[in-house]
Amino acid sequence: MRELHTLTGGLHLDTHKEMSRNIDSMQAPLPARVILPLKQHIGTACAAAVGIGDRVLKGQIIATAAGDVSVPVHASTSGTVTDIGDYHIPHPFGIRETCIVIEPDGLDEVYATEAIQDYESLGPRELQDVIRNCGIAGLGGAGFPAHVKLREGVENAVDTLIINGVECEPYITCDDRLIREKAVYVISGARMIRHAVQAKHCVIAIEDDMPEAYDALAEQLTASDDIELVRVPTCYPAGGEKQLIQVLTGKEVPSGGFSIHIGIIVHNVATAAAVYRAVTRGEPMISRYVTVTGEVKTPRNLQVLLGTPVRDCLMLCGYEDDENTRIIVGGPMMGTHVRDYNIPVTKTTNCIIVTRNPPRMTQQPCIRCGRCAQACPVELLPQQLYQFAKADRFDEAREHHLFDCIECGCCSYVCPSHIPLVQYYRYTKFEIALEERRQQDAARHELRYRLHQQRNAAQRRSKTAKRRQEPDATTAGTADMADMRAVVRAAVERTLKKKRGPDT
Amino acid sequence: MSRTINSSPHRHDGSSVANIMREVCLLLIPGILVYAWLISPGVIIQCLLAVLFAVITEAVMLSLRGLPVKMFLSDYSAVLTALLFALTLSPFTPWWINLCGIVFAISLVKHAFGGLGNNLFNPAMAGFVFVLILFPAGMNHWPALSAHGGEHAGLGTCLKIIFTGVDLIRLDAVTAATPLDFTQTRISGMYMISEFSDMPVFGSLAGAGWEWVALAFLISGGWLAFRKIIYWQVPVALISTMFIISLVFYWFDPDVYASPLFHIFTVSTLLGAFFIATEPVSSATTPLGRLIFAAGIGLLTWVIRTWGAYPDGMAFAVLIMNCSVPLLDHYTRPRVLGETLAD
Repeated sequence: MRELHTLTGGLHLDTHKEMSRNIDSMQAPLPARVILPLKQHIGTACAAAVGIGDRVLKGQIIATAAGDVSVPVHASTSGTVTDIGDYHIPHPFGIRETCIVIEPDGLDEVYATEAIQDYESLGPRELQDVIRNCGIAGLGGAGFPAHVKLREGVENAVDTLIINGVECEPYITCDDRLIREKAVYVISGARMIRHAVQAKHCVIAIEDDMPEAYDALAEQLTASDDIELVRVPTCYPAGGEKQLIQVLTGKEVPSGGFSIHIGIIVHNVATAAAVYRAVTRGEPMISRYVTVTGEVKTPRNLQVLLGTPVRDCLMLCGYEDDENTRIIVGGPMMGTHVRDYNIPVTKTTNCIIVTRNPPRMTQQPCIRCGRCAQACPVELLPQQLYQFAKADRFDEAREHHLFDCIECGCCSYVCPSHIPLVQYYRYTKFEIALEERRQQDAARHELRYRLHQQRNAAQRRSKTAKRRQEPDATTAGTADMADMRAVVRAAVERTLKKKRGPDT
Repeated sequence: MSRTINSSPHRHDGSSVANIMREVCLLLIPGILVYAWLISPGVIIQCLLAVLFAVITEAVMLSLRGLPVKMFLSDYSAVLTALLFALTLSPFTPWWINLCGIVFAISLVKHAFGGLGNNLFNPAMAGFVFVLILFPAGMNHWPALSAHGGEHAGLGTCLKIIFTGVDLIRLDAVTAATPLDFTQTRISGMYMISEFSDMPVFGSLAGAGWEWVALAFLISGGWLAFRKIIYWQVPVALISTMFIISLVFYWFDPDVYASPLFHIFTVSTLLGAFFIATEPVSSATTPLGRLIFAAGIGLLTWVIRTWGAYPDGMAFAVLIMNCSVPLLDHYTRPRVLGETLAD
């Protein structure tokens, strides 16, 4: 038995999982319209590969990956592209992003793909390509492209591969249902990822309030398997990557670093299942389990095609529009309150909650009671960060490790002054990132201008030189310019380093 | 579907500043009742007066600052300040001293620094020190207890003393020194503690009568800690520091230094440990900082009681430690998950 470690901070919340966890999932029917955002993952947005009016097939790539940290988008069903434009997506700031809209033709015609029978014959590199081409991004919520983690795993020695089935947010049961219904997929996917990264140990972690899921997984494991099945005490946010690593291994992911730096890779159970489908059947990432719960008639899990409007999912579960309820995409602690229920289900949509409007709570001054600091799983001082955020004291906020905040919401949950702390931190992170970009832009402009002056001077010199008949003037000018470039680059780096603060 | 957008998280545990403050206020009541019963009913008059003055001052300050009066008044913070302030006063304190202390505490110490959450000093303690220094004569008359042979002043006498003032000769009949005061005067008068420790002013733990008031605050405070409204580490750090320092000196010379039990079961120690040092706004906010803050109060209180000019030092100790809060917060920041590993 693995010795478990306790989570720092955290909360014991009412889980409300019983509402939806014991009903079989249902396949949602074809929607009237499929809206597929070009960016459903963390990283760079894809580039559309189809035009308006094109006919596309189910599983066909309609937007290609741009850059390294990016995965392609596939058509979830066959039909015609009717629009490529900006639509609302689930995002805390309520922004719009470019989406490809497909009108399904109802035929659900599948694009021919090839399946791989024996994954062990594949090299890690090929497996990564398969996973990437199938558009697999982390299905746990963050949406980090799966192949990037795999590549890091191949390039570094991996001690432990953790398959994360710890659904710590209340209400969400999609991973629970997935494990119970598709345990084979999860286990096989885990074996494939393990093979790809050559991990010494493999752990599948689930919460201790998912006994059926545990049994389903245990049934699939054979005696010769050395995949370890671990039950983690239910506590929010034990399913966060860094928190789960802490609970399972007692190790801490370095501040500002990634889990691979301590030889650990974490993938979600749904990602593992998606990897299995991609490898054995060539199926791209075009559907997922979504929990629809809360104030609906029949809370349950749906298997939904990506791009299906949230509205369709709600209607399937008996939702009635009501002024007194609101819709949250994601969990109650980290999810996004959406205004427009026509937004699509994306790769990271794990849950749709209809919830009563909370009573209006007026924000009061912080009394420094420190409950937030006790609840914080990262051991930050939220009360101090709040003061810095409020006063735009960015350097101090960074010095107090603002960027280690995982936005889990524990601090806001316990705040007796009802301060929306997470919102302050998001704002400050955003502002700091903006400021950094401004500085980089300014540095670039400065460099360009200096080089421009340098070139002018060189030109003048060469003219004079021609007049004076000095043959090596032009070459001298280029050498000067190269020198100058180095000098300017060093200056820019120095400034950036200074702005970034002494910590980083 | 509701259209107002809200940031995550979309759940709250239902706690509020008002609930916390109200619970602390309610838990002061048992101690106040024991005080009124065993020592003097005057304490109830002081509490009611202070609450009245505080609510009025708070309302005036809020409206001057253009803030919603009803919302901030209902957070009970002014009431709590008033009760703590009233408990530091003698039950015979004239009403106008009470008024001066409250007005100073609420208007200058609290609102001039930005109101709730922004005061650098504990308003109740600052208010008390303010009137103690300005009007020492009006504050030094403590009730005599019938238990040790004095004339016990009833509610009528208390009202008369508080509102009309009585000439000092008649006042002398109903007043006596507090146990701390008594001890300090005797020791500075070159007595040995063994010579006067069996005087009726002392009970089995500390001051006769007073020790029961202290116990009432201890029990209420224990409940606060159990309910996690205060951090149990704070009173523990304060009391244990005071215990250790007084034990060392008591062991060294029991005739000059009072026993640890006497120090701890004095009302101001237990009230201070559970209700004053735990006041969050003006105390340190990091876990370690809070411990140092509380330990500092315990130590300084003992030092002032033992070698200072005042018989009790809790209020001064709190104010001194309030000054050190920014420093404590700066140097006791906890290690963030994964922090040292990055270097």
